This record gives sequence, structure tokens and C-alpha cells, in this order.
Amino acid sequence: MDDLRQTYIDLIANAPDEATLEDLRLRAVGKKGEISLKMRELGKMTAEERQVAGPALNALKDEINSALAAKKSALENAALDERLRSEWLDVTLPSRPRRAGTIHPISQVTEEVSAIFADMGFAVAEGPQIESDWYNFDALNIPGHHPARAEMDTFYTHRAEGDERPPHVLRTHTSPVQIRSMQDQGAPIRIIAPGRVYRADYDMTHTPMFHQIEGLAIDKNISMANLKWVLEEFVKAFFEVDDVELRFRASHFPFTEPSAEVDIRCSWEGGTLKVGEGDDWLEILGSGMVHPHVLRSGNVDPDVWQGFAFGMGIDRIAMLKYGIPDLRAFFDSDLRWLRHYGFAALDVPTLRGGLSR
Amino acid sequence: MKFTLSWLKDHLDTTASVDEITYALTDLGLEVEEVSDPAARLSAFTIGKVISAEAHPDADRLRVCQVKTDEGPLQIICGAPNARQGITVVVAKPGVYVPGIDTTIGVGKIRGIESYGMMCSEREMELSDEHDGIIELTSGEVGEKYTDWLAANDPAKVDPMIDIAITPNRPDALGVRGIALDLAARGLGTMKPAKTAQIDGQFPCPINVTIDDDTRKGGCEIFAGRLIKGVTNGPSPAWLQARLRAIGLRPISALVDVTNFFTYDRNRPLHVFDAAKVTGDLRVHRTLGGETLTGLDEKPYTFSPGQVVISDDSGVESIGGIMGGLSTGCTLDTTDVFLEAAVWDTVQIAMTGRALKINSDARYRNERGIDPAFNMDAIDLATQMIIDLCGGTPSEVVVAGEVPDVSRAYRLKPARVQSLVGMDIPEAEQRQTLTALGFRLEGDMAHVPSWRPDVQGEADLVEEVARIASLTKLEGRPLPRAQAGVPKPILSPMQRREQMARRTCAALGYNECVTYSFIDRASAQLFGGGDDATMLANPISSEMSHMRPALLPGLLQAAARNQARGIMDMALFEVGHAFHGGEPGEQHLLASAILIGRTGPKDVHAGGRTVDLYDAKADAEAVLAAMGAPTKVQILRGAQDWWHPGRHGKICLGPKKVMGVFGELHPRILREMGIKGAAVAFTLWPAEIPLPRKAGANRGAAQMPDLQAVERDFAFVVDADVEALTLVNAAAGADKALIEDVRVFDEFIGGSLGEGKKSIAVTVRLQPLEATLKEADLEAVSAKIVEKVTKATGGVLRG
Repeated sequence: MDDLRQTYIDLIANAPDEATLEDLRLRAVGKKGEISLKMRELGKMTAEERQVAGPALNALKDEINSALAAKKSALENAALDERLRSEWLDVTLPSRPRRAGTIHPISQVTEEVSAIFADMGFAVAEGPQIESDWYNFDALNIPGHHPARAEMDTFYTHRAEGDERPPHVLRTHTSPVQIRSMQDQGAPIRIIAPGRVYRADYDMTHTPMFHQIEGLAIDKNISMANLKWVLEEFVKAFFEVDDVELRFRASHFPFTEPSAEVDIRCSWEGGTLKVGEGDDWLEILGSGMVHPHVLRSGNVDPDVWQGFAFGMGIDRIAMLKYGIPDLRAFFDSDLRWLRHYGFAALDVPTLRGGLSR
Repeated sequence: MKFTLSWLKDHLDTTASVDEITYALTDLGLEVEEVSDPAARLSAFTIGKVISAEAHPDADRLRVCQVKTDEGPLQIICGAPNARQGITVVVAKPGVYVPGIDTTIGVGKIRGIESYGMMCSEREMELSDEHDGIIELTSGEVGEKYTDWLAANDPAKVDPMIDIAITPNRPDALGVRGIALDLAARGLGTMKPAKTAQIDGQFPCPINVTIDDDTRKGGCEIFAGRLIKGVTNGPSPAWLQARLRAIGLRPISALVDVTNFFTYDRNRPLHVFDAAKVTGDLRVHRTLGGETLTGLDEKPYTFSPGQVVISDDSGVESIGGIMGGLSTGCTLDTTDVFLEAAVWDTVQIAMTGRALKINSDARYRNERGIDPAFNMDAIDLATQMIIDLCGGTPSEVVVAGEVPDVSRAYRLKPARVQSLVGMDIPEAEQRQTLTALGFRLEGDMAHVPSWRPDVQGEADLVEEVARIASLTKLEGRPLPRAQAGVPKPILSPMQRREQMARRTCAALGYNECVTYSFIDRASAQLFGGGDDATMLANPISSEMSHMRPALLPGLLQAAARNQARGIMDMALFEVGHAFHGGEPGEQHLLASAILIGRTGPKDVHAGGRTVDLYDAKADAEAVLAAMGAPTKVQILRGAQDWWHPGRHGKICLGPKKVMGVFGELHPRILREMGIKGAAVAFTLWPAEIPLPRKAGANRGAAQMPDLQAVERDFAFVVDADVEALTLVNAAAGADKALIEDVRVFDEFIGGSLGEGKKSIAVTVRLQPLEATLKEADLEAVSAKIVEKVTKATGGVLRG
């Protein structure tokens, strides 16, 4: 029996292909195979003989079957290796093209600003872009003859012949949203209001449409010192610096009193702005304590409530933060510009992950 | 508002430097826009002395001079006729920039002889137009800085000029004295006493003045004047001319320059009539309309009814408070002058000035507000100055109307500075600040000075105190959270939807654009707009005349611009508002996107192809899904006519609830917008998507049956105009419980099927929930599917 075993083990080990292996299987353990025939002979044996030969034959059959399976697997692997040797692709060819979309800097920066103010409890309010002159001017303490009206380069809407109502305006600032929000929600209130605003001006640094973000916080004891802190926190968070010095300069806006223009300490070197260091001052926004007239326009009692408001240009702070040189290009939709200054779709600014990469 | 340092020092006794003054001005709210300090740019010029001057051997008009300077003798070639031995001159040595000739001096040869510098004229240093020769000084030491010499001997030439921006609330700072008052209150010096004059009239004024009854209110409060006869007009003195020039004004004649002086010195516009050209008396009245006047600017003006003017017996002679008339203006021949000082209604001035489009110094001040209490003093002060400069005899003063009473007082509540601004300023300091600004304190009532029309309440007192104390010193104080704990979300569902639309479009490969809200009428009309309701009255150009009715025209214009730059394939989108009317609120949020050209560039994988409406449909569906739209929708036709009539679809929840439109754009639109190649687009209306009904975040249990799903394919032959969705919905309706999904996987048109027929093949996925499907079950449901489809479409199962 040892001879038989050795013969088949050798034959299996040397089988060159799967067909030979199948032949060997039939010859050894097939129905009429040598080992199967021997197993049939067990019946003719004595009980003693059978007790020795039976287990030995079974073991031999198992061993042959295992050897067959192992050799089959080895032959398959060898065949696969052989095939793969001929399979080769130029992996330096370009991948299938896929369009990469972008988010416009104005959208991105608006989300950055709202992420910061959300943490301080400011909701996002919106309002119409075509406004009545009452909301855009009178309610904000800018009466009809006020020089600020003439200075704002206001766009007016057409009035049909015989329509004697004053023309509506394209809002010249986001401040009307202050009035509408106070009328809707009353006080206390904390909102920011981003959006498009319009002024009839077009040159190197002005476009007839741009974007502002308005802030309003009204409560019983909010002071200008709170305003300064909020803006300091905002500027640090937005420009992603540890510390920055703000300068409040007395100024005048009809809708705030006292009013201040706010400068941040910065340096300009080789056209690059660095916030929080250097000897230059950069004006970034206007602000102040909400004028009693404005509170009254919003149906809020100025003897009970007080608070601050501020407004800044979204386009402007986007230009400063991301080093974008020309305002006019924001609205030109030049794909080269959109791809260069745009942001990835999933680059959602958050406070926990950071505003910019 | 421009002024010079020496002018400021007429009113303010100060030793502060220009830097200290400009810092304080900006901090006080008088923002410095420009400082021009002639001394700064002339600091390198020094004084020298000509030791010898000999004729140049090769040029008749040149001299070779040896000039003694602080760096020893220099040889300088000079062409000035007065260059001669012994004179004291101003020298620019090599390396010095000479502004008048915009050149930096170098060492050079002139006609073969070396020259080591330049001796300058006043024009070359931009000190004056004087260029008859080089400067000859009457004193000065060799090596002394020329600017030091000027400061000692001719200070007007090196007088620093400061230009500040004036906010509309501060007319008082439109006069140098008002600026000085702010600086004095800040502690940068002390006020010098204001000049006074008391002129007694020598004879009755032959010209009388009146104000019509309907013109007092809202027109002219007071109109005062007097005649000064026997004046000699001529150029004003050098000091006055220098002052006016320094702030950019052209000296005209003594009489006119006096009025300009008061305009800038005291924010007090005045007017002078040539009395010889005035016929009869002067009358302030409202125009009837149609009157005309040629102004001092030599332009003709025609009046509308109700504007306030000054007339004599022959007609309108002056636009009150805005501009005088040419025919009664003073000239060098004027001998009798009528001096006018009036107080006009600010609103009236603003409206008339705007209507006539006149921007004069007088209008600028009269519409912001002058000091009415100064009116009569101004007459005497100006009379004094005219007599000083031109001689003459003054008449008595004639007056119509009266000086308005602008007195008012507000309670000073010292604690308000702390509660409103957050600064700790002692009450005594607050009172001192207000007093320094001209307020009169009686107990706790602060009486407002007559020159501060902006102060209209208690908050203004706080503002004044804080402004003078300096807001720069304000220390930030944390704003407590409105509610303790983790901040609540702040975006509304619509705001989140807008953000999702934007970021999904970008994720799908579109580039976000922000295009102008206004477009040209023709483009607007192509997209259902361009009517008068959405038209601007004063557009900046005809390209921006109408509010956009849709986002697509702006995107298509952007695409055309990019194609002009050679980028032919693109995916652009915008999320923003379009306007369906001209009233506030007649705007709606849209998300629009366009795909132009091919899906991608030519590539080695042969993957690129022309974009088609199914690309737009897929993206529209993805963006709608991201915004939370239901997936079960109707696709209807009949959207607006800028879509290809047969190749677009509306994504609807019922016929009137349109959430979006996708499809090819009409070829005529593309042609008119200048787009080359294929273009598909979609527009979504985020507000049309219903808000989710359920509250809470619970999603319910997932359905994941253990039983094997079975798929069966069916092909139906239907008429060519049968829509696939009809067939799919019919098949799905055969057994709503069992059929999980019906997918179209093939469409075949014409061929062996014959004209007007097509085959649509679908895969139906059956998901048993209770028991494994048996062959009989499958046959039953298959038969039902065929029956339903046949009934709905008239189609037959393809053999």
C-alpha cells in the first residue's frame, strides 16, 4: 500500500496541467479507481484484516484527495500568475476627467461670518432688495433733504406717468433689515443681515452692486463697550489671528449715536495684508449705538431698550482676507477667477474645524 | 474741508505738531484725508552764495558759477539772467528731487563743462509761478535749510495744508474756527478770542430788502445787508491770496475774496452785489416757474415753481444761498457794493441745489446749517474787512425777517456715558467738555450752542463727551450670551436649503457665479421680464437697466464672456433672487445652473460627450433631493418659452406646484445670447419644496426583508409619443406592495417596429415581504403588469 501511495503522490506532484490531474483522480479515487477497487475488497477480508486495512485505505484516500486539491489550487495560481504577467496598463495615463465645482468667495465669507456670529447668538435675517424709501432712509433717520441721501448714489425704480408715489429704491445698505426685524420680532434681538446692496457708482474700486452684512443687538443694557468686544472677537475669529487691536474713531451715521468707524491694526508688505501687526490702520466697518429714532421706527421703546449696530462690506473683507485684488472681478464670472478664488463644495466653514484651510 | 496750520493758529493758540493735530482730528471724527506739508518735500534745499559767475565759453546765455554751500564750493552751470556774483541763492545738490521739473538732480556736463547742482526759481520748487530768474534771498546763511529760512521770513510758503472729510452732521467744522474749537476741547491748545467789529452806518441804505410772506417759512429766515459805497476793488492782499490758494481756491478780487474768507473761516457764506447793477430794491421770493438767470459760473439756470430767489426790479438776480447772478456780480470796476448775510432754510437749499445741479461752497454750507446767531455779527465783521481792504463808507443795515431762535437745552445725565458708551468719565469732566465746546450749563441742563444743529437730544450730549474723551480709549466688555449654554441653531429652513443647493451644485461640478441683479432690457425680455415695473429710473448703463427676471440670462452672459476667452465647455450656477415686480418683496429665490458644450474635455477614455437634458435632469434631481424635496414627482411640459418646446420638463408636485424646470434652452435664446454649442439648464424654486411635516429627528425603522427579491424584464411596444413615466407608473401600480421599483433600461425607436412606434423595456423589482414568490405568483403579477401598462398606454408586450 505504501508503494501505491508513493506512486500517486509523485504522479500528482508532477502533473503538468488540470487534465492530467483529473485523469489521476479517476485512476486513483474515481469509481473504478485503484483505491476504490481496493476498498471494495474490504468485504472479503476477515474482521481482523479489515480493522487494519479499512482505516489505512480511508487515510490513503483522504491524503490523495488533499494532494489533488492542493495541486489543483497550485496549478490555478500558476495559470493566474501567467495570465497577469501579460496584463499591464499605463497607469500614468490621466484619470477620467471629473468637473470640480467651486463656491464663490462671497458665499463662503458670508458663511464664515454667520458661523462666528451664530456662536454669539445672532440669527440671520433677510429683507427685500427693492425697498421703500421709508425703510431705506426715513426709518433710519435720513430724511428726504439729508445730504447723506444725495451722497449715497441711490438707484431709484421707475414710476409710471401719473404715479405720484415716491419711487422705491434699490437698498443702499442692509440697514433696512434692522427696522423690519425689530418690527417683526421686537426686543431683545440679535441679528446679522447679509445681502446685496446697490449704489450707482462704477470705477476701479466701486461696483454698482456689492454685499454688506449688518449686525444689530438690542437689549436693556448693551453698551458701546460690548460692541467693541463683539467686533474684536469677530475680527480675531474672522482673520484667524490671536490678537488684534481695534481703533474706534468718532464718526457720524444718521442711524447711530454715538457712531464710530472701526480700523484694525495691520501691515501691508509687498501687497500682503497682515492683520494684528504693523503700523497701518485699515478701516473695515462703521458702527455705533442705535439712534433712538431708529428704535422707534422699529416699534422698540428707546427709553427701555438700547443696543448697537454695525455694517461692513462682505466683498471688502473677502478681498482683505484672501488677497483678492479687484472688486469688479467678483461679478465677472471669469472661470479662471472662479476656479482660483473659489472654495471646495465641502469646505463648509465651522468654528470647530476652522474657517479656512 | 481744507485749511492751513497758520489759518488754524488764527483761532487756536497751540504748540501741537502737525502730527498731533492730524491724529486728534481723525480721532475726533474729523477724518484727515490729506496733509500736504511743503516743508517736508523741500527739506533738502539749502542756501548758498555765488562766489563767482563767468561766461560759459561755448554758450552765450549760460554762466559757470562757483557756489559756496554747506558741502564746500560747487561748480554749477546756470542759465538764469540774474545769476551773478554775490547773490544768496537756493541750491539743489546732486540727489535732490526738484518737484517743479519732476527731476532728481545729478552731476552732468552742460556744453562740455561739469555742473554739480542747480540754483532754483520759485516755480521749480512749486512755491509760486515766479520763474523770471533764480531766487535771490535778502538774508540767510550758507548751509541753512531753505525751509527754515522760509518759516522765519515767509511762513505762508511752508504752511502745511490739512484736508478733512466732514460728516453731514458737522457744519460747524466747515469753518476753521469750529475745527479749532474741537481741538481746544480735546486739550490741544486754547481758543483765541473771536474778532469783533461794531460798524455804525453813515447813511440810510438806499437798497431796501423784503421777504415775501409765503417765503419766510421754509425759505428765508432773515435777509440782512448794507451798502458800502466808494470802495476800490482790486486784487486782495498777498496774505489773503496765499490762504485761498493754499486751500485750492482762485483769488478773484478783494470783494469776492472777503466772502470766500468768511465762508472758510467761520462757515459763513456771504454774497456781494455790485449795487450799481441792482435796479431798485431786493426782494426774496418764490419763483413762479420759468424765470431764468445766468449764474456766476456763467451757466444759464431756469427755475421751477417754488424755488427761493432774490430779485430786483428787473428780475431774478441771485439764487438765494446757493449762487449769485453774473449780471450783478462784483468786478474790478465795482465802487458800490451791497453785502448780504442771510439765513436760509436748509431743506429748501438742498432741494433747489439738487434740482439745479449746483454744487457751490455756499450751497454746501447753507444746506448743512450755518450759525444763525452769527448773522448780524458777520455783516459788521465783513464790512470791517471790506473797508480795511477797499475803503468805502458803510450804510446802515437793512433787515427783513429775523434771526431764528434755535436755543434748546437737554438734560445731562452723567450716568448715560457709562450705560450707553461704557466709559467712566467724571461728571466734572463731562461738564468741562461741553463747556469747552460752547454749551452753556445751567444746573444739569446743557444749552446747545447755536452753531451745532446736529445736537438734538440727550444721546448727542453723550456722543460729544465720548468723542472728545476719545473712543479710542474705549475698552471692550464681553457681551454675555443671550441664553446660557450651547448656542441654538440660527439658520431658517430656507437658509439651510439655500446653502444645500449651493454646496450640492458645487459638489456636482458647477462653479458658482454672482452676477449683477440688473441686466439689459433685451436680455430681460427674453426671460419674461424687462417691463417698466422692474426698470430703474437711473441705471448706470443700458446694460444694467432692469432687475433680472431670472438667473439664466446673467449666467448665459457669463458663459458667452467665457467662450469669448476660449473656454467652450462649462458648468455655472447661481443661487440668488430674481424679481417679478417692482414692489418690496416682489423677489423670489432661485437656483439656476447651465451646462455648456461637452461633459468634459477630449480624453483617452473616450468618455466625453455633448451635454444633454438628462445631465441637467440628473443634477436638478440631486439638488432638489439635497434640499429635501420628495422623490415622487410629476414631470410635466409647458414651461416658459425660453426652453426648447419639446425638450424640457417641469418637476412638479401637482400641476401648479413647480419645484424646478430642466431641459435644453431654446436655440433662438442661445443665438440671441451669443452662446456657441449645446446648452442645457435647470432652474429650481427652493421655496416651492414643502417643509417636512414631521417634527423630530426619528427616522423610523428601516425595511430590510430577509426574502430574496426577484427582477423581471418586460418590453412594450407603444406609440412613439407615449412617455416612459406613464408606463413606469402603470407598471408600478400593478401591485404596490410587491413592486419595489420599476426602471427603464432601454428605449428603441422605429426600425422593425414601424413608423411612430417605439419599444420601452423595464426591469421590475419584486420584493416579497411574507413568503418566497412561487412561479404562479410571478405569473399572476406579470399578467397584471401587462394589463395595467396596456390599459394606460395602449402598448403591447413585445414578442
